[in-house]
Amino acid sequence: MVNDKPVNCELVWREISNYLEGDIDATLHSAMDGHFRTCSRCRSVLEGTQNVIQLFGDERMIEVPSGYSRRLERRLTQSVRAPGRSWSPWSAWLVPVAALLLITGGVRIASSRTVAHPLLSEHAQPAHGIPSDMVVVVSAGAKEFHVRGCEFIHNKDNERTLTAKEAVQQGYVPCVRCMRKYLLTANAGRTALELEADSQIDSEEPRSGGGG
Amino acid sequence: MAEANVVLNNPMQPASREQELIGRVQRGENELFYELVKPYERRVYAAALAILRNDADAEDVAQEAMLKALRGIRQFRAEARFSTWLIQITVNEALMRRRRERNGIMEAIDDQRDQDGEYTPRDFADWREIPSEALEREEVRQKLAQALASLDRKYREVFVLRDMEQLNIQETAEALGISIAAVKTRLLRARLMLRDLLAGGWEQGWFSRLPFAKGTKPW
Repeated sequence: MVNDKPVNCELVWREISNYLEGDIDATLHSAMDGHFRTCSRCRSVLEGTQNVIQLFGDERMIEVPSGYSRRLERRLTQSVRAPGRSWSPWSAWLVPVAALLLITGGVRIASSRTVAHPLLSEHAQPAHGIPSDMVVVVSAGAKEFHVRGCEFIHNKDNERTLTAKEAVQQGYVPCVRCMRKYLLTANAGRTALELEADSQIDSEEPRSGGGG
Repeated sequence: MAEANVVLNNPMQPASREQELIGRVQRGENELFYELVKPYERRVYAAALAILRNDADAEDVAQEAMLKALRGIRQFRAEARFSTWLIQITVNEALMRRRRERNGIMEAIDDQRDQDGEYTPRDFADWREIPSEALEREEVRQKLAQALASLDRKYREVFVLRDMEQLNIQETAEALGISIAAVKTRLLRARLMLRDLLAGGWEQGWFSRLPFAKGTKPW
């Protein structure tokens, strides 16, 4: 068993991905936490790996070719329309009306953005859909707010809790990993650890950590 | 505060709206389909690109996958996540395209190269706080994209589906037709290799040489 053997660097490197997935048992997790406190190299690997996941998990990393959305919409629209179907005379009104609605909507969206509190990063995406009274965690020196227990909290020794609303007001932005998962699973009021427990669907998989 | 509520309570596509759209499209209101898939159109493209590595092919497959999803939407079951279902259709479509175009030859060669053994991460200085603002820089995104593109296909595909598309381990395994153990091993390798590539770049200064505010690093 893991607790019969010291956790060495090789084991940590082998299990670091599972650690970040929350996919290791509590004993190994605790042993790795201890190792990270004393081994600067492994801590550097952990933090670098967390950064990789957060950087690539950001929607801004997905770039699409110019005009992609327009072409996709056109193709879908063409497929939806029955062959040979033509516009009726009254539908000619739809184009200017739709354009007017779009312009009005655009102005409203633009003006609504100007009243929001400035974020720590001017490019940050707002926390759409996160309940304003949800308790979240931030840590000193970081810019993201997290679900309690998230593996991506930097500087865990200096963390504090506040509501999502306060976090947004103070300019924090949602963690791309735990907050997205929270929204996807739509389990209001549950912690990251509880959410992780839900995702233990891979538990039948043999783990090398058990053998140390 | 009303200001905060503007930010917090303005979901782009709340789950209830998505469920409503799914139901209506399933009942024949096909013209609502684009509204349903629009929040995922970029992710669909990224999934196709990860497999095909060609912009034009990826876009074509993204469109084909969307059309296939529209035709098959009555088969979508409410207990699944719509985004996952869409990404899985896309991956399947992209894999079929690749098999067809390579006629199976390259596949066989690729599959022989399975270097899933131990990987020793390189020893770099700390790379502590995430440089998320740096993502606004085209140069940084290019560096990240280059690092991702430099990975072997098997590592890149798993990494994109898990860490960019946010499928879980089992969904990634099912989408690619590989075992859960293979997903975990390749994911570990992909993450560590990317960390080495990027932490090395950071240490050499290509992050910090970028034109941020004078005298301060953004992370």
